[in-house]
Amino acid sequence: MSKFSKGKKKPSPAISTASLPDIVFMLLFFFMVVTKLRDSELMVKVATPFATQLTKLEDKSLVNYLYIGRPVEKYKATYGTKPRLQLSDKFANINEIPIFLERFRVKIPEAQRTKITTSLRVDGQVTMGIVQDVKTELRKANQLKINYSAKKKPE
Amino acid sequence: MAKKNSRDRMSNEINAGSMADIAFLLLIFFLVTTTIVEDKGITVKLPPWSEEDPDITKLKSRNVFAVLVNAQNDLLVRGEVMDITMLREKTKEFIVNPTKREDLSERPTKAIITLKNDRGTNYETYVNVYNELKAAYDELWDEMCLRKYGVKYSEDLPLAWRKSIKDEIPMVLSEAEPTNFGEEK
Repeated sequence: MSKFSKGKKKPSPAISTASLPDIVFMLLFFFMVVTKLRDSELMVKVATPFATQLTKLEDKSLVNYLYIGRPVEKYKATYGTKPRLQLSDKFANINEIPIFLERFRVKIPEAQRTKITTSLRVDGQVTMGIVQDVKTELRKANQLKINYSAKKKPE
Repeated sequence: MAKKNSRDRMSNEINAGSMADIAFLLLIFFLVTTTIVEDKGITVKLPPWSEEDPDITKLKSRNVFAVLVNAQNDLLVRGEVMDITMLREKTKEFIVNPTKREDLSERPTKAIITLKNDRGTNYETYVNVYNELKAAYDELWDEMCLRKYGVKYSEDLPLAWRKSIKDEIPMVLSEAEPTNFGEEK
């Protein structure tokens, strides 16, 4: 009488794994796009402060990074505990900033050079003296677009 | 004869079963070697460098909102000690001057905020102060944009809208050369 057959069980077919590579590739591309290979090992401790009025840095290829902080445990014996500047993968003096910027600038097409942003990744517990010196040097090198790197303050 | 048949290329297919393994291998490689860096921060435009001292234009003291931060991370705003939690509201009141007080800015276009810190000031404090000052402007822009266009202010709005708002409330934040009392030895 009933239209629906109840008792009769069909043998369930095996799930096709043919689309598994597609799923994995999708994940792979996602991670390739959102992540950035860390090019430099941090030799200074950088814990950026919290803030609320944040802007996102859009084009990562147009950003260069300056790190300022106190040397990590490993380098304390040689470099002391005073805040230091790190450029790419080594400690640097303030007067090496123009060369560092110029090296970055030549890699960028001329039309986009005005859009270069310098991201200052500075430890929250550093005094302003060294930050001020770096800012002055950036102004002298005519690199005026800067970004104080900060984390979003939890509500 | 049969051998030739098995080498018929039209009917041979490449086995794609190991594709998943290759993809997994790549995926795990990227998962391990990469770190998601949060690229966020407060964007600032520095003034161009000039050798000569800035010319001290005579400003009416009512139009200047001086914020000083010392080496002990204390705030002095217009000669009074202030807690950082009050800074945002006070700044907004100074810029807009809703009650037309004599000692606050004449007009938002004339308001100037100066920030001066010490070489011994904590960077964290400096960023917090800068954040509050920027937040004051951001909130004012938001309010004005809601009034005029019914949407919150953002960088995605048409250029003409953004310009009309920034013409009425321009962000003027000048940073003075820091004092040097508390520089760490």
